[in-house]
Amino acid sequence: MVLALLVLFVYGAATNDNYQWDTYRKYIFDRRISEGAWVTIQVTFWSMLLGIVLGVILAVMRLTPNPVLQGVSWLYLWIFRGTPVYVQLVFWGLFTSLYPHMAIGVPFGPQFIHLDIQGVEAAFFFACLGLGLNEAGYMAEIVRAGIQSVGEGQNEAATALGMSWGQTMRRVVLPQAMRVIIPPTGNELISMLKTTSLVVAIPLSTDLYNQQAQISGVIFRPIPLLMIAATWYLAITSVLMVGQYFLEKRFARGASRKLTGRQLQALADAIGPGHAAGGPT
Amino acid sequence: MTSVAKDPSADGAPMVRAVAVEKSFGGLQVLKSIDLTIGRGEVTCLVGPSGSGKTTFLRCVNHLEQITGGRLYVDGVLMGYRERGDKLHELHPRDAAKQRRDIGMVFQHFNLFPHMTALQNIIEAPTRVRKVSKAEAVETARSLLSRVGLDGKEKAYPAQLSGGQQQRVAIARALAMKPKLMLFDEPTSALDPELVGEVLDAMKELANEGMTMVVVTHEMGFAREVADQLVFMDGGVVVEAGDPRAVLANPQHERTKAFLSKVL
Repeated sequence: MVLALLVLFVYGAATNDNYQWDTYRKYIFDRRISEGAWVTIQVTFWSMLLGIVLGVILAVMRLTPNPVLQGVSWLYLWIFRGTPVYVQLVFWGLFTSLYPHMAIGVPFGPQFIHLDIQGVEAAFFFACLGLGLNEAGYMAEIVRAGIQSVGEGQNEAATALGMSWGQTMRRVVLPQAMRVIIPPTGNELISMLKTTSLVVAIPLSTDLYNQQAQISGVIFRPIPLLMIAATWYLAITSVLMVGQYFLEKRFARGASRKLTGRQLQALADAIGPGHAAGGPT
Repeated sequence: MTSVAKDPSADGAPMVRAVAVEKSFGGLQVLKSIDLTIGRGEVTCLVGPSGSGKTTFLRCVNHLEQITGGRLYVDGVLMGYRERGDKLHELHPRDAAKQRRDIGMVFQHFNLFPHMTALQNIIEAPTRVRKVSKAEAVETARSLLSRVGLDGKEKAYPAQLSGGQQQRVAIARALAMKPKLMLFDEPTSALDPELVGEVLDAMKELANEGMTMVVVTHEMGFAREVADQLVFMDGGVVVEAGDPRAVLANPQHERTKAFLSKVL
């Protein structure tokens, strides 16, 4: 029944001229589109990287006994989760009017690096920064949930062995927390891929969505171009989902009683080649 | 080295010496002035009803819990604190961690690292904390695994082992740090009855090799057979302590009698 409806819909869409499939075919591999897709991937990658690294730091800060670090982390989350990401991006776009010159160096002393914050490069930089800082707020909560899902006994066992707090976190707690952290992080990554279309607020307009919008603005055929953008987003998401599957498998080590393929092989080797085939010998 | 506060009678000091040790959680006093001496190479069993403070005392010995009064010395050194004037100041976590390296602990619920194989569990602390080379740590780990009767289980993850096997891996993990003192917190309480024996056997062997052990347990048979000292605790105080055969056969105190009549 569901399948029949689906087939009907696809057939209907394929034969409906209003979808303008010829335009779809003409532009699907257009250079501007594929370059836009590449910009989208880059922005997603850098902002997720910033989001994850900063998120882990914020989560760990929140769980330290130090009240100052806890407070800073709480304040960060309050601001970055409490305001719309679009507003934050517009703000980062206006950053240049707040601070027209940016340089790294000793205050009132020599400057080491001078950033030109007006160009396209800067727009890309601020897009990653704006999305990444926002994402960190959400990642921090995901990581915190993951860390708290690891039992207190794990901490105690590591401590009793003389491991430091940092070693305990890195070697014992975080690897176990990953099982809880990865699925929602995959969600965030996919959601980030699509949120990148908001970077026009910076304004950065070279990403997939905005390239598509520019072309459709010129040739005035929004439907096929939206379909093109959707196809690309879907393709990238599919690749990400495959990656997530393998990551989850990697961090599920020891979570199940079932023997891994390698352990089964080792068992078979131990029993001997005659029995490994499984048939009666 | 860290600055260490020597026990006044440090020469030939006992392995553990508790002097009027107190511990409160908020307003609840769990340990009320515990005095206890545990000699080198001795096995001491702590018994008593739940809530008597025996586990808390054990956790104070390796400073998993902070004491709130008295003094606790391990191998002649004040555990977890330094003494300045009349006051105790807690050691920096790094220095407390250094003290813990020499004290092994085995938990009721094993607390093996589930994402590591048996072998990885055992070599983790020696390679990361003691900075032993991996090859050497693996060699030690293999001989420890065979010592606790787990040859060939090195690649198994904890979830693939029975409770008794897990607890024996946990014992091997603690021994890999070459401790001078081993603490056991109800090591057989979470096990199926038929698996208790294999863990107790591993512990007996360890005792015969001369390891100093403090064991919180309900296994009176083990206490009678292996222990040099039996300590009966109730309500945060040591009610009675002495030779296990004497205490078990002829308890002096009413509370000891009442408790033993229920468990024996």
